[in-house]
Amino acid sequence: MDAFTTPLLAGTATGALLLIAALGLALTFGQMGVINMAHGEFLMAGAYTTFLTQQVVTNTDLSILVALPAAFVVAGSLGLLLEVSIISWMYRRPLDTLLVTVGVSLLLQQLAKDIFGAQGDPVQTPGWLDGNIDVFGYHWPYRQMFTILLAIAALVGLGLLLKYTAYGRQIRATVQNRDLAETMGVSTRTVDRVTFFVGSGLAGVGGVAVSLISGTNPNLGTTYIISAFLVVVAGGLGQLKGTVIAAFAVGIVTAFFTDWFNSSMAQVFTFALVVIFLQLRPQGLFTVRTRGLA
Amino acid sequence: MTEGLSHVFESRPRLVTGTVLAFTAALSLSACGGTKSGESSAVESCVDTSGDTVKLGFLNSTSGAMAISEQTVRDSLVMAIDEINADGGILGKKVEPVAEDGASDPAIFAEKIEKLLTGDCVAAVFGGWTSASRKAMLPVVEANKGLLFYPVQYEGLEASENIYYTGATTNQQIIPAMDFLKSEGVKTLFLAGSDYVFPRTANKIIKQYAEELGIEIVGEEYVPLDDDDWTTQVAKIAAAKPDFVFNTINGSSNVGFVKAYYEQGLGPDNSPIISVSIAEEEAPAMGKDITGQYAAWNYFQSVESPTNDTFIEAFQAKYGDDRPTSDPMEAAYTSLYLYKALVEKAGSFDVDEINASADGVTFDAPEGTVTIDGENHHIAKTALIGKINSDNQFDVVWSSDSPVEPDPFLEGYSWWDPSKN
Repeated sequence: MDAFTTPLLAGTATGALLLIAALGLALTFGQMGVINMAHGEFLMAGAYTTFLTQQVVTNTDLSILVALPAAFVVAGSLGLLLEVSIISWMYRRPLDTLLVTVGVSLLLQQLAKDIFGAQGDPVQTPGWLDGNIDVFGYHWPYRQMFTILLAIAALVGLGLLLKYTAYGRQIRATVQNRDLAETMGVSTRTVDRVTFFVGSGLAGVGGVAVSLISGTNPNLGTTYIISAFLVVVAGGLGQLKGTVIAAFAVGIVTAFFTDWFNSSMAQVFTFALVVIFLQLRPQGLFTVRTRGLA
Repeated sequence: MTEGLSHVFESRPRLVTGTVLAFTAALSLSACGGTKSGESSAVESCVDTSGDTVKLGFLNSTSGAMAISEQTVRDSLVMAIDEINADGGILGKKVEPVAEDGASDPAIFAEKIEKLLTGDCVAAVFGGWTSASRKAMLPVVEANKGLLFYPVQYEGLEASENIYYTGATTNQQIIPAMDFLKSEGVKTLFLAGSDYVFPRTANKIIKQYAEELGIEIVGEEYVPLDDDDWTTQVAKIAAAKPDFVFNTINGSSNVGFVKAYYEQGLGPDNSPIISVSIAEEEAPAMGKDITGQYAAWNYFQSVESPTNDTFIEAFQAKYGDDRPTSDPMEAAYTSLYLYKALVEKAGSFDVDEINASADGVTFDAPEGTVTIDGENHHIAKTALIGKINSDNQFDVVWSSDSPVEPDPFLEGYSWWDPSKN
């Protein structure tokens, strides 16, 4: 039985982590057409925020709860800074944003190395996350359950924001038809900035979960950015439903391949599957029908 | 206003997704990027030792991912030079170091060693850490008939006229570790490693020797170097309940492994770990108390020898009381003194003359007496197994009776069959 439960549960947790990372990307890629390769470094920023929080809040049990909002604000602010200083000059040039943000990503990694050193820093697991329950022979770590809860919370929070708040309506309006939204008095520039802040902040929250797996290190973001983009592209642009399904599918499929072969081959197979899927369905799982005039 | 953009996204989704996919593919491939060997024709050595000084090259990564480890090697090289100069130099000549940064990139190692040998005309180069950096430097140092001293334990199966290996080869670290496990009565062993040349080669040797010793390998798992999540793999270890785990993981991946290991209820009481890449520097950075776990090296800070006391004292006086000393640092320090002994025995800085009289050159190193093997250019070293205590120091619990003769190609081991997997 554990040959089935282990990859299923571990894969769900990986999928949850991918979802948190991909939600922000789906927003910025879907709404603004910005291909932000520096998104992984917002995960890293979240992880280092956790480390720094633990230096200040010495009560480990409490420190993670403090780190979550702190990481959201730190990564969100970094995202906002990136949007205002660089990306806002590049709208309507998606391939340029790709190149520029790769540069920003390298820059942030080197910055982290200079500030914190090339070797990672340890993050203490709080007592209430240190343990596991036995599920059909798999000792399911509390940490993985926590990651899944975090992803659900991020998803529900984002869903409520999009559905019930004024900003949410403006974001949806902008995604559907930017021009028309502007003529209706929506400040799409402000909407873009809010979206970037929220999307990057979510990556920061994901960074807290990553830091519980392996502590911090300057290259931490590069591990997740590729899978996160796979999830966004496979899920389809403009709708979170596709991102959710794709994240868990990629996480669980990778976990099963890892169980059957090893994790290097699992990456190859998962990548190949997504490529084949996109050949058959280039638009991804779901797409939103926009009302653009083109 | 945004028609341009929506046009790109609606009518040409293939273009954009294709670009993103191609780009991410390129990114993931670049992680395992190949090494470029330097191109150079054989030239006459330009080393000039007629003056009062002799130039030596230090080639370590002082930037990039490997900097944290290689900087410690650089520190002990600098200390050795200072000591040697204070003591009159080599053959009466003061040593003048030329330092270069390998930048954690094998291609840059190849480029810089060529510059050191042909531009700066150094008599010998000290450095390198990853096997990729050594493999990149090898053709360059051979083509230029130079000398390289490489201070890190590695996967063996190599010997060059132009390289001296002062770290352990597999029969001085991996094989003794297996002998230790046998003496502990271990019956089942689980192999966990990073997915690259050193762990793959080490595990190939471990599997063949385990068969010889009657130890059953109950699992073998690899995770890429840049991937830190070991949860799924560690679950397999927990299910297999091995007597011991042989850990050949490198770098930050160790942190994810150790976390997942304790999370799954494993520990030194049920399935202890023996590592070949966790030393005094790494032990405190695991984010977990790893007291009671084991490591196989040829030097620990806790080794008791008169030379080690002075080595530690001098190092901490120079760089700070909180700095631990570790195996690669000691091997680098030793490599400079071995070079001095080699030159003084040959009476010359000439590479051919040094090689001709290299056999049997010894040095009373902090780890104990080491002796150069003139055939394969490795050194005989004592193998040690240490158990981590709560101060992140290692208590030596096992050692080989005498220094182990280096055998990089495992020719003296009848069970070894390089063609078998």
